[in-house]
Amino acid sequence: MSSDHHKQSFWTKYVFSTDHKIIGIQYGITSLVWLLFGFGLMMIMRYQLAYPESPVPFVGGILGDGGILPSEMYNSLGVMHGTIMIFLGVVPLAFGAFGNYFVPLQIGAIDMAFPKLNATSYWMYFLGSVIMAIGFFVPGGAANSGWTSYPPLADIATTGQTVWLFGMVMLITSSLLGSINILATVIQLRTEGMTWMKLPIFVWTQFITAFLLLLAFPPLEAAGVLQLMDRLAGTSFFMPSGLVVSGEVLTNAGGGSPLLWQHLFWFLAHPEVYVLILPAFGIVTEVIANNTRKPIQGYKSLVYAMIFLGFMSFIVWAHHMYLTGMGTSIGAFFQTTTMIISIPSVVILTALLLSLWGGSIRFNTPMLFALGFLPMFGIGGLTGLPLGLAASDIHLHDTYYVIGHFHYVVAPGTIFALFAGIYYWFPKMTGKRTNEALGKLHFFFSFIFMNGVFMPMFIQGLAGVSRRLWDGGEIYAHAADVLYLNEVMSVSAWLLGLAQLFFIVNMIISLKGKKTGEVNPWGATTLDWTDTTSPPLDHGNFEKVPTVYRGPYEYSVPDAKEDFTPQSEKG
Amino acid sequence: MDIPFTVKNRPDTGLYNGKLGVWLFLASEVMLFGGLFSAYVFLRTGVDTWPVGADILNVPLATLNTMFLISSSVTMVMSWASLKLNDFSKFKLYAGLTLLLACAFLVVKYFEYTAKFDHHLYPSTNNFLGIYFTMTGLHVLHVIGGIIVIFFFWMPGAKMWESDPERFVNRIEIVGLYWHFVDLVWIFLFPVLYLL
Repeated sequence: MSSDHHKQSFWTKYVFSTDHKIIGIQYGITSLVWLLFGFGLMMIMRYQLAYPESPVPFVGGILGDGGILPSEMYNSLGVMHGTIMIFLGVVPLAFGAFGNYFVPLQIGAIDMAFPKLNATSYWMYFLGSVIMAIGFFVPGGAANSGWTSYPPLADIATTGQTVWLFGMVMLITSSLLGSINILATVIQLRTEGMTWMKLPIFVWTQFITAFLLLLAFPPLEAAGVLQLMDRLAGTSFFMPSGLVVSGEVLTNAGGGSPLLWQHLFWFLAHPEVYVLILPAFGIVTEVIANNTRKPIQGYKSLVYAMIFLGFMSFIVWAHHMYLTGMGTSIGAFFQTTTMIISIPSVVILTALLLSLWGGSIRFNTPMLFALGFLPMFGIGGLTGLPLGLAASDIHLHDTYYVIGHFHYVVAPGTIFALFAGIYYWFPKMTGKRTNEALGKLHFFFSFIFMNGVFMPMFIQGLAGVSRRLWDGGEIYAHAADVLYLNEVMSVSAWLLGLAQLFFIVNMIISLKGKKTGEVNPWGATTLDWTDTTSPPLDHGNFEKVPTVYRGPYEYSVPDAKEDFTPQSEKG
Repeated sequence: MDIPFTVKNRPDTGLYNGKLGVWLFLASEVMLFGGLFSAYVFLRTGVDTWPVGADILNVPLATLNTMFLISSSVTMVMSWASLKLNDFSKFKLYAGLTLLLACAFLVVKYFEYTAKFDHHLYPSTNNFLGIYFTMTGLHVLHVIGGIIVIFFFWMPGAKMWESDPERFVNRIEIVGLYWHFVDLVWIFLFPVLYLL
């Protein structure tokens, strides 16, 4: 790396960089743009749900059909909202951006283990996201068979599905390279003294997440290849014999099984849930420890719970499939594992809640988002229990209850944690401070409107409203009593969109502000704060590679000279 | 500053970065092919009749191909061992042999595929042929990838032997690990598709 000190052009420095910090920022900006876009798709859909078949304002012109959102396009937007938010938004932000930027810093490494591979994985992600976007412009529109792409529907769907599959293959390859990199970095590049049990929890969560991505994604890649074969080479892997479409029996060979796709898909997609939530746990842990000024409660139980969670997440996938008729004994097995996996989640949440006990809490913006995360994730987790039991799942399956459940986990859960992370590490990445007043407004309005969007979904779901209705349930008698909630949710969603302006304005103002010159404004203990400048040095991160002498959360140690003792302090 | 352990082993893991990286990559490859083998089992057990591979596919040719791949794994190890013994010309010889055997595998595979097409046996004919073409096709892509990388280190990339020999030996070791994996996948594919 030492040969890189000559002046670099804009392109080599910011675009085709191999520096983990630049790549982290590239991931961060790209994924935030996609999050906003994916959210925009949902705001269009919510208009149709609140006011069925009336022209959508502002964007009606590009929808055709007199500004009314056509039902086929509603399906497309639903698929793309899910795909974009998960695969182009949350995972790249939580794992690509935060993981890339802070894992090397926190373990005292000068870069990732494979810098060129790192850049490759970003550009593959970028390419995959462009392919996904191309889907909107092919005949028949973007993929429209549900974000889960269940065959046989997905096998006979319009071209958009093929584009979606190619996009997924790119994204899977990208996250594969990214996960190898994080794993190798954590295993090989921990600095002297940084033993496993001295790792910050954030690094642990990224490490376990990387394992999940490494091992859970390839079966989906296999499934994607099989579905591409079905669509392009005319095979029948997911096509049963004698399938009738539009009154005609299909001429394909048959003998395949739609259930096979579901098994392969959920073998990825359940661990994917923990890919979404584990980095959030990591960020929240850092923020809580820092702002309560005391050690985190039960470091070791947190670590073991997360490892156990990672293992268990591979054997719960078929709890998404109770209604497929796969057999009751298999169902019983997956109910049991599903109930078991709730134990480590509760251990983690309890440890974080207990960490608040007796702390002198600083209620700054990152802390507010972290505190908001705890009950919101709690709601998301607890509402999952009835879905994990086949008997109650039969009633709730494919209703808005499910939508409410997983959005509580991911939106006010993970996304709040990601905001906490952005506000917490902004001073480190830029050397500047964010505006506290705008940050707090951002938090309180987001908190209120998030609940305004998702809480009514439980009520609608319990009443039996299906999750996939273009008209929001207008034609169903059993939905009549809860139909008024559609407007509540939609207005909340648009106001939630407006509330994000506080964030955007805050970022712009703060980036234009002056550098504060503070290296460690939060008084944190980990290496990213104590041993580098803000922002860290271009290549190499550290003036002198630090040595670690103590655990990551030594706050308020009796007789210490300050209320935090850096990991790199001798003693 | 240079990234540590790119060439030398880290004492507590006993690995250099690249070797760990390729092992992790192979773990994900196991899951990829594992997913496909599981799909094979799922499809086969889900129907009443499933053809016997030997009735449709050419077992003698596949046996020949198995020999080719196993031999190529041996020559791959020899090429790495030659470098370890500081014998660059032997490395060239064995890496060249590996390439030759890998290409021979592809030629046989080409004749197998075209023979099927001549008899109007396509992936769409039935799910046995579908999974046969998908799995062997993906394996062929892995073989082609291996050929490209081995060729690179055989010809243009071999310059590194002069500039940074230790690193070059490591790279050959990594390529070798990948190549053995590709070989191993075939050793599973052969009985599963052709014999069972």
